[in-house]
Amino acid sequence: MNRNTLSTVAVAAALALTAGCAKKKPADLPPPPIGSDAGAAGAGAEAGAGAGAGAGGVGQAALPGSRADFMQSVAADRVYFETDSYSVDAEDRAILDTQAAWLQRNATVRVTIEGHADERGTREYNLALGDRRANAAKNYLQGRGIDPSRMNVISWGKERPVAEGPDESAWAQNRRAVTVLPQ
Amino acid sequence: MINLKFFIGGLAAAAALAFQPAAAQISVDVTDESENDLVIAVPSMPTPQTAPTPAGTTEALGRQVAEVVASDLRGSGLFKPVGPGGLRAVPYPEVTAPAFDYWPTTGAAALVQGFVQANADGKLTVGCYLYDVALKSELTRQGYVVEPRDWRRAAHKCADAIYARLSGESPFFDSRIAYIAESGPKERRVKRLAIMDSDGANHRFLTNGQSTVLTPRFSPDYKQIVYLSYVENRPRIYIYDIGTGRQRVVTESANQTFAPRFSPNGQWILYSMSVNGNTDIYRVSVNGGPSQRLTNTPGIDVGGSYSPDGSRIVFESDRSGTQQLYVMNADGSDQRRISFGGGRYATPEWSPRGDLIAFTKVAGNFRVGVMTPDGGGERLLTNSWQDEAPTWSPNGRVIQFFRTSQGRGGRSNVWQVDLTGVNERRIPTPLDGSDPTWGPLLP
Repeated sequence: MNRNTLSTVAVAAALALTAGCAKKKPADLPPPPIGSDAGAAGAGAEAGAGAGAGAGGVGQAALPGSRADFMQSVAADRVYFETDSYSVDAEDRAILDTQAAWLQRNATVRVTIEGHADERGTREYNLALGDRRANAAKNYLQGRGIDPSRMNVISWGKERPVAEGPDESAWAQNRRAVTVLPQ
Repeated sequence: MINLKFFIGGLAAAAALAFQPAAAQISVDVTDESENDLVIAVPSMPTPQTAPTPAGTTEALGRQVAEVVASDLRGSGLFKPVGPGGLRAVPYPEVTAPAFDYWPTTGAAALVQGFVQANADGKLTVGCYLYDVALKSELTRQGYVVEPRDWRRAAHKCADAIYARLSGESPFFDSRIAYIAESGPKERRVKRLAIMDSDGANHRFLTNGQSTVLTPRFSPDYKQIVYLSYVENRPRIYIYDIGTGRQRVVTESANQTFAPRFSPNGQWILYSMSVNGNTDIYRVSVNGGPSQRLTNTPGIDVGGSYSPDGSRIVFESDRSGTQQLYVMNADGSDQRRISFGGGRYATPEWSPRGDLIAFTKVAGNFRVGVMTPDGGGERLLTNSWQDEAPTWSPNGRVIQFFRTSQGRGGRSNVWQVDLTGVNERRIPTPLDGSDPTWGPLLP
C-alpha cells in the first residue's frame, strides 16, 4: 500500500519549501490573456490578471469609468492572501488604495468583489473563506470612503482557479479577492 | 409509480417462506478485513415462458437481472460472485429444486437462482432464491412485481436480500445517488446536477450546466433535492422538485447562503450564511419563513449533518483557529468540540445508523475517516491526494466520496469504500463527478 509514497514526499517537500514564506504574491504570474473571455461560462467576470492588463489596447484611450479605464488606472484588480488567511497587508493596501482612488473619481460605478480560495481546502469551508477575503477587501475600501452599497460581494470558493497545478505557486495565485466591474 | 410487493405463494408453498435456521450456516462479516470472500454462483434466471416486454424478452431480462445481482454483490467487497457467464443454464423447474450435486463442483458455497415472468397485466414477477450449497438448504426467498422498466430495482432488491441474509446487515443496493457532473477546463468548469442508481445505472442530468451548482442533498422521500446554485451569479439555495423539474429559492437574502441539508423528517433545511465575512449555521422550514440562527461565534461555522433522530447536529467550525468538528443540539445549544486528532477536520456526515460520523481529514492529503459521535475511535479509510466529502450508504456500512487526482486538470470522480477501508472502487459516471450524496433505501 505504498502507491502514495512518492506523492506524499513531494507534497511534504513542497510544503517545507513554502513554509514560512512570507512573500505571497507569486513571482511567476502567467501573461494576462489577450482580450477578455470573461463570462464565457456565465461566471467569474474577471478581466486579465494584474495591473494594466491592457484591456484598452495600445494607443486607445479608455473610456473614463469603463472597465478598461479601471484596469489601466489601478495597481492591480486583485489582492492575494496567505493560506487560510484573509488579512490585508501593506502590499494589499497599496493596491486597494489605487482602486479606492479610482472609485472616488467614478462615483457612479458599482463593483463586485469576488473572493476565491485554492484547491487545498474543502469546498464549503472555501466558500466561507472566499467570502471572508472578499469582505476583507470590501471593508478596506469602505474604510477609504467607498460606499458599501456600491460593492457587491460573491464567493467562488475553489470553483474558479486562475492557475492550475498542484503546487504552491498555483495556489498562491488562486487565493485572491478580485474587484470586477460590469462589462 | 413503482409497485413492489413480497412474493407469496407461486412456485412453492407459502409456508416455506418461513425462515428456518440451519446449523453451521455460511455468512460474511462486514468488519472482516481479510480477503476470504464467499464464492456465490449467480446463473442466468430462466423464464417459465419467453415473452416480449418493453425492456426486452423475459429470457434476456433473466440474464441481465443475474448480471446486476452479481455486480452488486461483487461491489460490496464481501462476495466473490461467479456467473452468469460461464455457468450452466438452469432449467426453470430447478429454480426451487437446485442441482445440489452439481453446484459444489463449481466451488460455490452459495447459490442464487430466480426467474423472470411476464404477467398478464404487463408487469414482471422476479423471483429470487438463496441456497446454501453445502447444506443443500434454502436460506431466503423473495419475489418482486415491477414494471418492466424497473427491472433493475428487482435485481437490486434481490442482491439486498442476499446481502442482508448473509451479512446480518441492513440492505443498501436499492437506493440512488445525486452528484455533480463535471466537464470542461478547471478555470471555468461546467457543473450539472445529476442522479443515478447506487451502481451508476439510470443516469440522468437535472440541470443544463449554465449555472454552477454544488453540494446536493436528497430529501428523505427522494422527491426533492436541495443544492447550491449560482443562478444570476448569486449563490443561493434552491430546491429542485424531481417530479416537476421546477426549482425554487429556499430563503431570500442579500447574503450568500450555501451548504444546505435536509433534516431527517424533511421539515427543515439546515444551511450556512455569510454576513460580512462571518459564516454561521441557520435553519429554516422547508416551506420558507423566518430562519433561526444556531451558531454565533466570530469564526466560520459551516455545513452540518443531523443525527438520524434529528436531535443533534454535527458541524465544522474554525473557532479554535482551525477547522474542527463540533456537535450541538438541534436548537443550537450545548456546542462541544469532538475532533482532537491533529490536522483539520471537515465535511462531517452522521451515519444513518447513528453510530459513526464520517469526515474529511486535511493533514497534507485529504482523507476520508470515521469517528464516534463523542470523538472516539478515529479511523482513516482512504489515502490519496484529495478525497473529500463522504456520504453514507443507507445501511451505514459503505461510504462514497469524491477523489481529485493530483496534477494539472485535477479530475474528480466518485469513489466508494467500505468501513474496513479495504474495498475501494470508482463508481462509473459518464462525465467526471463530485459531491455525491447517497439517499435512503428506496420506499
